[in-house]
Amino acid sequence: MDFLIEGFISITWQQVLMYIIGGTLIYLAIRKNLEPALLLPMGFGAILVNIPFSGVLDQTLTGIGEVQGIIDWLFRVGIEASEAMPILLFIGIGAMIDFGPLLANPRLLLFGAAAQFGIFATITVATLLGFSLTDAASIGIIGAADGPTSILVSHVLGSNYIGPIAVAAYSYMALVPIIQPFAIRMCTTKKERAIRMKYNPKSVSKTTKILFPIVVTIIAGLVAPASIALVGFLMFGNLIRECGVLNSLSETAQNALANLITLLLGITISASMQADKFVTLETFLIMGLGLLAFVFDTIAGVMFAKFLNLFSKEKVNPMVGAAGISAFPMSARVIQKMGLQEDNQNHLLMHAIGANVSGQIASVIAGGVIINLIPKLL
Amino acid sequence: MNSNFYSSLELMGKGMLAIFVVIIAIYAVVSLLLNITKENEQ
Repeated sequence: MDFLIEGFISITWQQVLMYIIGGTLIYLAIRKNLEPALLLPMGFGAILVNIPFSGVLDQTLTGIGEVQGIIDWLFRVGIEASEAMPILLFIGIGAMIDFGPLLANPRLLLFGAAAQFGIFATITVATLLGFSLTDAASIGIIGAADGPTSILVSHVLGSNYIGPIAVAAYSYMALVPIIQPFAIRMCTTKKERAIRMKYNPKSVSKTTKILFPIVVTIIAGLVAPASIALVGFLMFGNLIRECGVLNSLSETAQNALANLITLLLGITISASMQADKFVTLETFLIMGLGLLAFVFDTIAGVMFAKFLNLFSKEKVNPMVGAAGISAFPMSARVIQKMGLQEDNQNHLLMHAIGANVSGQIASVIAGGVIINLIPKLL
Repeated sequence: MNSNFYSSLELMGKGMLAIFVVIIAIYAVVSLLLNITKENEQ
């Protein structure tokens, strides 16, 4: 009767810890509504892959040989072979984004660029902690505040830490409403947070909206060719949205495609959450560094806005700089809320949304730039 | 200081430069497009 208790006696404390981590992710998804579309599948997947002799992973059975597990197969096909899942998700994300507020005030593009500094600052700290350059870059990209970009870059660079990186990226994206106000208050005064900004948007023609994704793809592709998979698919989704003749495809990309990929991506990533790879000191370091990346991003955005204020007549509320991260639309909402807390007539939402969508473009460019540069530095 | 640290500083410099180059180029083209299409509308 040993076969009945084989599973129980094979279980390790690391696997028990993974059940607790999985349960915590499911709890955060359901009770706290933190990125439920990703954290719930990842949490459940963490339990699935940590059951001893789990059938969702590849197994070698006595007398039968190699048997494929569905999650290992999904990981090989959807992520390892071509990074198809994160890249295809970008079509849906692109179709969801309205770049109108950004195009109406293109100066906001600069904030998206500045807020990527956290990625590089974190890479530097990670190298000081002893991580290799490829692992450090994979960890730093958590600061892109963009789950699919983090997964894709860490996989392309061959990092051993895809699981912790994905968990950190999605967890901290969900925690933006807690992390950003703390970081913003650290580096701004009450007077700065109360700066009012006029909203005088330029009119944006349909032609501009259609040409924008094409222009971005060409420019980003010429400077950082490795970014073309990310930027290109994001902009392809946006072109479908803006062209006006593919409404049905646009809706499919925004809903069916994005939902399907998100559903599978979360559970597929759990392949990298097996206890022997996940329960390590490095995982805790990565979680800490991920938090640092979000704080650095926020501070960099704020400081860049302050820097611009030295030269411009119309002052920018420095908090808008912090919205230059990719976590859309949480970051913009946080800035709007903080602006209203300081002055109940200070509406920063449209400026913050512009900076926020700029962060989405800049973060995928950052991912491509890192993939481009790392091989040259090794 | 290990060599990875110096490489990470180089990555920071080149990476931020590349991101700003792309973003400023997009900014310039978007501003141009806004002006051209505005004139056409008028």
